Amino acid sequence: MTPARILARLVLALGLLLAFAGARAALPEPLLLRLASGDNDEKVAALGEIAVSGDPVALHVLPSGEMLAEQPEDAEDVRVNNRVRNAISAAIAAIQLDAADPAVRLEAARRIRSDATPELLPLIDRALAREQPASIESLLASARARVLVESEDASVRLAAVRTLGESDEAELKQLLLPLLEEGNEPEAAVRAEAKAAIGAINARLQRDEYAGLAFTGLSLGSILLLAALGLAITYGLMGVINMAHGELIMIGAYATYVTQNLVRAWAPGMFEFYPLLAIPVAFTVAALVGVLMERLVIRHLYGRPLETLLATWGISLVLIQSVRSLFGAQNVPIENPQWLSGGVQLMSNLILPWNRIAIIVFAALVVIGMTLILTRTRLGLFVRAVTQNRQMAGCVGVATPRVDTVAFGLGSGIAGLAGCALSQVGNVGPGLGQGYIIDSFMVVVLGGVGQLIGTVYAALGLGVVNKLIEAQAGAVLAKIAVLVIIIVFIQKRPQGLFAVKGRFVEQ
Amino acid sequence: MQSRRSFIKVSAVSAAMAMAGLVSFGVQAADTIKVGVLHSLSGTMAISETVLKDTALMAIDEINAKGGVLGKKPEPVVVDPASDWPLFAEKARQLISQDKVAVTFGCWTSVSRKSVLPVFEELNSLLFYPVQYEGEELSKNVFYTGAAPNQQAIPAVEYLLSKDGGSAKRFVLLGTDYVYPRTTNKILRAFLKSKGVSDADILEEYTPFGHSDYQSIIAKIKKFASEGKKTSVVSTINGDSNVPFYKELGNQGLKATDVPVVAFSVGEEELRGVDTKPLVGHLAAWNYFMSIKNPTNTAFVKQWSAYAKAKNIPGHKDKPLTNDPMEATYIGIHMWAQAVEKAKSTDTDKVIAAMAGQTFKAPGGFVSTMDAKNHHLHKPVFIGEIRADGQFDVVWKTKGPVKAQPWSPYIPENKGKKDEPEKK
Repeated sequence: MTPARILARLVLALGLLLAFAGARAALPEPLLLRLASGDNDEKVAALGEIAVSGDPVALHVLPSGEMLAEQPEDAEDVRVNNRVRNAISAAIAAIQLDAADPAVRLEAARRIRSDATPELLPLIDRALAREQPASIESLLASARARVLVESEDASVRLAAVRTLGESDEAELKQLLLPLLEEGNEPEAAVRAEAKAAIGAINARLQRDEYAGLAFTGLSLGSILLLAALGLAITYGLMGVINMAHGELIMIGAYATYVTQNLVRAWAPGMFEFYPLLAIPVAFTVAALVGVLMERLVIRHLYGRPLETLLATWGISLVLIQSVRSLFGAQNVPIENPQWLSGGVQLMSNLILPWNRIAIIVFAALVVIGMTLILTRTRLGLFVRAVTQNRQMAGCVGVATPRVDTVAFGLGSGIAGLAGCALSQVGNVGPGLGQGYIIDSFMVVVLGGVGQLIGTVYAALGLGVVNKLIEAQAGAVLAKIAVLVIIIVFIQKRPQGLFAVKGRFVEQ
Repeated sequence: MQSRRSFIKVSAVSAAMAMAGLVSFGVQAADTIKVGVLHSLSGTMAISETVLKDTALMAIDEINAKGGVLGKKPEPVVVDPASDWPLFAEKARQLISQDKVAVTFGCWTSVSRKSVLPVFEELNSLLFYPVQYEGEELSKNVFYTGAAPNQQAIPAVEYLLSKDGGSAKRFVLLGTDYVYPRTTNKILRAFLKSKGVSDADILEEYTPFGHSDYQSIIAKIKKFASEGKKTSVVSTINGDSNVPFYKELGNQGLKATDVPVVAFSVGEEELRGVDTKPLVGHLAAWNYFMSIKNPTNTAFVKQWSAYAKAKNIPGHKDKPLTNDPMEATYIGIHMWAQAVEKAKSTDTDKVIAAMAGQTFKAPGGFVSTMDAKNHHLHKPVFIGEIRADGQFDVVWKTKGPVKAQPWSPYIPENKGKKDEPEKK
């Protein structure tokens, strides 16, 4: 050991001692010194002793993991790794089983359930003897069962296995698995009980898994839906094969990035809410680009799909290159605000991330908004009229060129909204749009060109099917399988899920 | 889409050719040595590779400031192969035949290295490859300054098996679908078997390049972890997929104390845009971390910070970061310069001979030595835990530099392969 290291260690030990002078009286000094030792075995053992003691005074000495992670400038040695961090939180939990606040106790009980050791049994029993809310009681009961499942007494084991079977925690299943074998468990009754308990846990896990699968499918579906909705207007209703649709999404994402930076620079206090501000910004910027595209290029090409395809594809290259020149070729970092980070624990084995929930809600809102615009406003009426029969609409006095511009701008703006949402889950770079253009066309064509509701069904359906296959066969195969399914489907039903009836089809 | 893609390719190539033409017209002075820099500056790998281009330019600047090599100034020729593997080969050919570079520093993914390898061998030119890789290759024309599996992957998994690493019993081998993850996982599977881990306790999963939806993968990991003893994840995900992967990991609350993830292609740079607070304790194995404390590294970080500020490098000018492949690039360029001085020539074969046994005081805190025969560096191995600030705490390290084994002993077909390039 180099002198520098010894020094660093002494400084730390002294620091602990001085900073928590109050604790010195209660905790024996050798124990503290062992905590500060360089040897992890020693540290974990010391933490174990502290946990068993259940001495609340130790709470002052056990800093949170983050505090320990802050290293002095010249320290070379590590003091905390996952193993020690685990031991620290277990020790803190053991002590907090006695805390006055039920919320703290609940957290501690949850922790103890995964770390219960025979030495902690007295502490658990003591906590169980107190009056506890039902949730804490059941956690403590499984913690107790976790220890007792290894007891000598077969009847105690049997009871423990029964308790574990009632738990919904996946990891407790591991404790039961060895009990199935005759070599580990001589008592047939216990073996049978263990089998039943595992069956019960498995059934619950299966349920969680299906729920999770449904959610991931819905989440992917909502992303596909957002990406495709703009195209459902520009391609679906207006018939413009817009190859630059992906780039409009990308522009929406970059607009979000710029908004994030501006908010951070000018109103750091508002940073938490920048995505809300970014929504109108992304819509406006993408819509403006769309209006420009329509006015300058696309309007001269109505009725010439092949030329439109080539022209919009050219525009997409121009847009990619401009963004690359403006912002650089690398991805730009977009931070999730706190309220979009983390997730809500729905079941023991299922956490739904907030950003994905937000996107599902957002997609639903956009669909509702778009339906309202198309069915309840004058503009929507005009758009539908023009798409159904351009000449007739013109005859009754609708300014068709203006309606075209506005409709295209609306579709582009919605693509921008998609970009804003996608920036919260994926990477934002100049190539962002290229990943979504194929998916978007896939959704719109599958849903039936010209039908909004078809787009919704197709997006959600594709999302769920994709995730179902992915769970079985992996991400690479899932992608292939989905494409094959779509090809076969389009062969059988070229008009898509929902066909438009009437004159429009013959156009 | 095929026509569209090939059109992009054609236009990119012609644009690059035009640019290269300008470059070669611009400078024809005899007192420079052309040096190629072949890193993706766009596409999925740009997140990792762009900074290596800047590191190379910095090292070349540094050499020039000290008077150059053989009295001549190394002059960088930068090209962008755009994360497009066949384009790597085209660009390499262009660098060697058209720009007449003496040496090339470049590539990150193994698939790009495999793509350029025939070009370097055919034209007998030199490539310095700065990234950890799967081994199973030993070309006379390549110097591998990154880690071989025994200098990164194997020690990392050994750590996971150890008490401090959590005594893992089950492993998820998760990677991007290409040669490096597939081969590394093949080696790791054989290694784990030798340690008594059965096939049922190993789950292998791959995702395409640029994959961005990691929900089902994380759900699968959770399920696998619930079916047996302590589980660890070994991640060989490459490129910008890492950002959504770690975001999802944090959001789904998969903590390092429950299921630690050790990554081989994630460093300080890849974590830049990620909120690392939920990721504290997840691991990475490298031969260098920015947080390593020694005077050489302090100087290296300071030099990089000043360079990033002076050159206005996006991101780095405000928050300079260094990482392992940057260090490997830096070592490689300096060793090449030393070898050229020793050989008194930039001739490929003479430089190769002079490279054997070169030493360089690396920022990692050890003197890195180029092996006398096998074209790999002797490197120390560090395992770090992610901190709340995106840096790494070294939790384990080797006593000193480790000699590379390009032919892993865990692959049976490697038996009897020579530890030096075949062709001479």
